[in-house]
Amino acid sequence: MTRWILGTVAATALLTGAAIAKTDVTIGLQLEPPHLDPTSAAAGAIDQVLYSNVFEGLMRFASDGSVINGLAEEWDISEDGKTYTFKLHGGVKFHDGTDLDSADVKFSLDRARAEDSVNAQKALFANIARVEAVDPLTVKVTLTAPQGNFLFNMAWGDAVIVAPESIDDIKIKPIGTGAFKFDDWKQGDSITLVKNASYWGDAAKLDKATFKFISEPTAAFGAMMAEDVDAFYSYPAPENLAQFEADPRFTVLAGNTEGETILAMNNKQAPFDNKLVREAVSHAIDRQAIIDGAMFGYGTPIGSHFAPHNPAYIDLTGNSDYDPEKAKALLAEAGMADGFKTTLKLPPPSYARRGGEIIAAQLRAVGIETEISNLEWAQWLEQAFRGKDFGLTIVSHTEPMDIGIYARPDYYFQYDNADLQKLMADFDVEADGAKRTEMLQQAQTIISEDYVNAYLFQLALTTVVNAKLQGIWADAPTQAIDLTAVSWSE
Amino acid sequence: MLRYAIKRVGSLAISLIVASLVIFACIEVIPGDPASFMLGINAQPDTVAALREELGLNASLGARYLSWVTGMLSGDFGTSYTYRSPVAEIIGDRLWISLPLALIALGLTVLIAFPVGILAATKRGSWADMSVMGATQLGIAIPNFWFAMLMVLLFAINLRWFSAGGFPGWENPLAALKALTLPAIALALPQASILARVMRSALLDTLSEDYIRTCRAKGLTQRQALWRHALRNAMIPVLTIIGLQFSFLLAGAIIIENVFYLPGLGRLVFQAISQRDLIMVESVVFLLVFAVIMVNFAVDLAYAWVDPRLRGRA
Repeated sequence: MTRWILGTVAATALLTGAAIAKTDVTIGLQLEPPHLDPTSAAAGAIDQVLYSNVFEGLMRFASDGSVINGLAEEWDISEDGKTYTFKLHGGVKFHDGTDLDSADVKFSLDRARAEDSVNAQKALFANIARVEAVDPLTVKVTLTAPQGNFLFNMAWGDAVIVAPESIDDIKIKPIGTGAFKFDDWKQGDSITLVKNASYWGDAAKLDKATFKFISEPTAAFGAMMAEDVDAFYSYPAPENLAQFEADPRFTVLAGNTEGETILAMNNKQAPFDNKLVREAVSHAIDRQAIIDGAMFGYGTPIGSHFAPHNPAYIDLTGNSDYDPEKAKALLAEAGMADGFKTTLKLPPPSYARRGGEIIAAQLRAVGIETEISNLEWAQWLEQAFRGKDFGLTIVSHTEPMDIGIYARPDYYFQYDNADLQKLMADFDVEADGAKRTEMLQQAQTIISEDYVNAYLFQLALTTVVNAKLQGIWADAPTQAIDLTAVSWSE
Repeated sequence: MLRYAIKRVGSLAISLIVASLVIFACIEVIPGDPASFMLGINAQPDTVAALREELGLNASLGARYLSWVTGMLSGDFGTSYTYRSPVAEIIGDRLWISLPLALIALGLTVLIAFPVGILAATKRGSWADMSVMGATQLGIAIPNFWFAMLMVLLFAINLRWFSAGGFPGWENPLAALKALTLPAIALALPQASILARVMRSALLDTLSEDYIRTCRAKGLTQRQALWRHALRNAMIPVLTIIGLQFSFLLAGAIIIENVFYLPGLGRLVFQAISQRDLIMVESVVFLLVFAVIMVNFAVDLAYAWVDPRLRGRA
């Protein structure tokens, strides 16, 4: 018995010894990617695992959301702003050993914008008229009109460069150019990446990275506490965060996301076709109460559909400050002094389910009765999003820089304003930085003053990490868990 | 025995055909489109249409039912809408976790329930019987997911003997068995409590039968009478419950699989429903129905084996 105990102690000592020189990491994630092709689905989990790690685009997002060089070493924009000439890095190899050349870039862009393309963000490529492979390392992209956003668009996960020879199996065996190679996928359990020894850029510091899929919040807590996982990205049980903060083994990273969380109103359905009613709803809502009650204090109030960490952000929360008396007065002015009844359709995330209950109570206080229905995502997409059969709904819009959706009159909240549509069209072709900022600010102001939706808060990203793990992004400028700079401290 | 078996096979086939129709009809009427789900809220309508075409969602209901059923007959369950790999392969992988888990849990159930039930019945009214009755009452009352969380707290977080969950794969059988230990205990405990109580009352019934008294009268000891005559006669209700429990353990481990994040069938079907991976849901549900029907078939045969009178009565 004593020998057995001694043996165990020795083994434990060995294990602890090994932990110091650790070169692998296990990241917990709530959702599993449905498949591994970032260019043919919207699922954020695909990008979280593969973006920058396995697949790279011409451009890429840095941790602060700025757009930096990816596979393109340099680029040149023609005078008229319609032609982009990209010079690719030399000596870049795909993980199967084949060379990256301009033909791969042409293939990737043409595939994404093709007639039968199933790219979830096909709009990113809508402006491309022609892609030409000038020589093996030079690609010329001609646009139908100048587009200020073009480089930004090329940084998205949906615009990564893939090779024609590996495209057939990409959904189960992704072959990219990144610092990590895809190794194994135990479906339902985990995905493993290993270091790409012949990476063209700065080599990864980790030898191996495993993404483990744990959907249940209590299981996430157990896995983190038992140190089965080294980090849990977007930790799903905010009620435990205080406990992790107090534990010296862990660090809680609280960062920003691109998720504007809004109470969307159906602008074409009575009574929300009346601006006074929309204004009343906006004033009836106490954002801080929702952040505290539904999000355990994590989240930044917003007054328009724009991310507070973006340099072009202006604080417009004053347009819709919490004022139930004013809300009642506005309802009376709209001829609805007695209030009205509407539907509130809630998709599954907790911001919607928990936030929805609080919003319903706040609206009831000014006389608006809501009939809450909890929907699964597929039902929500069918009824609210495609069918536009809703009065109110709560959604977080997680795509970066998506204020352009307000210029789409057929989008689910059905806001139709010719001025804003013109502004966004001009914005698309404007290349001057200062003017672009000014236009973005105008757009924020228009939709805020039109009370298109009630803007609630910017969704926070809370990631619990082992205190010794360095380099995990706190913010999520795109849905990515970029591990290229992650390492263990001594 | 043969005629009995043939009749059972006939009713088995009819059950399966009806089940396939009901499953297909129920699942196809759920609102929600797999293509829109996959492409999210920024996708353009023409992209969704292109994906629907690619997935073959534009074919008629009848045609899809026929291709599903005929495919299954030849072992081809179709291709998952979301994972885009063959449904049969995915189910096969998951079955390698769910089936061993159910078997281990059932084994534990029987190992606990039989001795405990027999002990309680033979020592009726004693302190042993009382404590068995109390403990099993508790075992039935405690929700298994809560018990599972308590075990995680104790064995994974405090003592660090086990991982909090996950499955390392069968390449390392010992690690795999270890990963299934806590989930199997969590699943087995309430089932063992139920089975022990059934065992006890079934035994008590048979022990008070006239033939047991006759056995004793011709000179068998209490123990001999129990093992040779009472136990076998008490097996009919016990087998019925074991059959139901196995089906339940195979299909009903969804919650435990989530608590221990095991990639089993329960989690697969749960995910597939929310992603509207209809063909996957249909196939998994059909497989589970098939398993339940097969288990019942096996139980029917087992009845006939323990009780020869049933063979003639089919």
